[in-house]
Amino acid sequence: MSEPTIESAQITEVLDVWVAGTEEPEFSPTDEGEQEISDHESAARLDEQFGRVVEDDYVFDDGVDEGERMILNMGPQHPSTHGVLRLQIELEGEIIRRTKPIIGYLHTGMEKTGEQLSFSQGGTNVTRMDYLAPFHNELAYSLAVERLLGIEVPPRAAAIRVLLTELNRCSSHLVALATNGMDIGAVSMMIYGFREREQILAFFEKTTGLRMNHNFIRPGGVAADLAPGWKDDVAAILVELPRRIQQYDDLLKDNPIWLARTRGVGVISSEEAIEYGITGPPLRATGVSWDLRKAFPYSGIENYEFEVAVGERGDVYDRYRVRVDEIHESLKIVEQVMDLMPKGDYRVDDRKVTPPPRARIDESMEALIHHFKLFTEGFKVPPGETYVAVESPRGELGCYLVSDGEARPYRIHTRAPSFANLQALPIAMADSLMADTVATIASMDPVMGDVDR
Amino acid sequence: MSEETTTAEEALLAEPARPLPENPVLRALFEGYETVGWESSLGQDVAHVPNESWAEFAHAVRGAGFEVCVDVTAVDWMRERPERFEIVANLLSMEHILRLRMTTTAGRIDPSVASLVPVWPGANFAEREAYDMFGVRFEGHPDLTRILMPDDWEGHPLRKDFGVGSVPVQFKESHQVT
Repeated sequence: MSEPTIESAQITEVLDVWVAGTEEPEFSPTDEGEQEISDHESAARLDEQFGRVVEDDYVFDDGVDEGERMILNMGPQHPSTHGVLRLQIELEGEIIRRTKPIIGYLHTGMEKTGEQLSFSQGGTNVTRMDYLAPFHNELAYSLAVERLLGIEVPPRAAAIRVLLTELNRCSSHLVALATNGMDIGAVSMMIYGFREREQILAFFEKTTGLRMNHNFIRPGGVAADLAPGWKDDVAAILVELPRRIQQYDDLLKDNPIWLARTRGVGVISSEEAIEYGITGPPLRATGVSWDLRKAFPYSGIENYEFEVAVGERGDVYDRYRVRVDEIHESLKIVEQVMDLMPKGDYRVDDRKVTPPPRARIDESMEALIHHFKLFTEGFKVPPGETYVAVESPRGELGCYLVSDGEARPYRIHTRAPSFANLQALPIAMADSLMADTVATIASMDPVMGDVDR
Repeated sequence: MSEETTTAEEALLAEPARPLPENPVLRALFEGYETVGWESSLGQDVAHVPNESWAEFAHAVRGAGFEVCVDVTAVDWMRERPERFEIVANLLSMEHILRLRMTTTAGRIDPSVASLVPVWPGANFAEREAYDMFGVRFEGHPDLTRILMPDDWEGHPLRKDFGVGSVPVQFKESHQVT
């Protein structure tokens, strides 16, 4: 009983809080130091920040009046940076000379966490990365695990996956349109976009139990079958959404204010997009017809007919149009999936991967053992490494998975589309007006959860 | 006749056939580089490149039509392999609709490899992330700073010897904390 003195000493250390009136403790903020923009940068860094690595569209002369130059900090707490994106912008009067995105404020070490979770738990982790497109994260992860396991999911599971991911693309693009509208000043667009998204999220909730972060697509299939009456819900979405999108077009498509704010703003050329590894709508808006659903089809998406939406100019307006067109194309896929939904099992019939049905546990000793082992240890995955990518609403979402034969991944890495697309902000923003900054950021549609992971 | 066959057999025995991909684009690429090994990893083409010819091979890959660098990352094989770090670059050819994964290794002490930024500018953020998370230096990178962690962070979080850590949870009215 001589211990308590040591214990109480430890506790006072833990409860070491500052009391008003006493001496203030030293404040130690985190330091971004080298990551920040500076007045004295190397030539290579300047090229990067001026966005002239690929194409030299830099129009300024260096003999700028120093009084006109200003480094402006924007974010990380800024409502139009879509989370915690921080930009440092060097301005010359009202014109942006160079930009540097500083990220990491939402970094929660999800790849490290993924190494601690078993393969069956991993879905809960990856679904939180890109929180606007959780099904795509789950799909990329599940496809990677299934490739390592060498299993093929039943046709119904594949069809459910396509149905959910394509609806998820619609809901994600609706948020993109909504926030894009709000950032430029079309506040009613924000209300409309979120309103229609709600209908899709209600369907997700009915199917998976959750509005976001579903963990519904799992290695080996999906967690449950579609809820009874799902066809009516999907049919209602298919009727309602095109009608609403027509309203958005009436509101924005030929609106002179919208055109003035988006036409020729934040232009990215196709060469720049390819060099910087930009994928998704920002790439297609430049006129490159590249879609992983066509190039490397996954989950049986090659069985459905759809077009790849492309733009021409690579500006904010084209990115907006590509997203609207993609919603229409996704709805086409959803309609086909709804009509062609195969019957059968919704998960693979492999007791080493999928837990047995609840009813079997009461009857069979083996089923009980399998259930217990799957939820305590998890299933083991043969050693190997693989990279699987799906077309998320933001571009190529890849999962690089390394297994060393244990029940936990040795390394799980997500190739985040927002992360790569964010590199293009300096090239999109250089030589544009400060007032267009927000429009450009919104049109790239970065999700900071996906960027920082 | 018999002599000819023996010489052919001898040639086969002397040089075991190096595995090469079937795809003509990749085959031409690999034939030019003796030291680069090809492997089909679950149907995906992987190039094992020696550390010193990383940049040179990257230029050749780019010339063969792989115009997009999708991703650069690393794997820490702390206890499993003598060369601790494996650097992995995922490449994509939109022209040939083809993917290629390039890997190389780096040792325990001051691990480094040539940067791919001069070849693909898009490798910039990905290499910064790999540097931040693993401490692998990318030589020739224009802006090799931390990206996700703050500058004053100690250590590289995704290394296997970096602890996960935990914060003790203190519950209200718990008898342990009085």
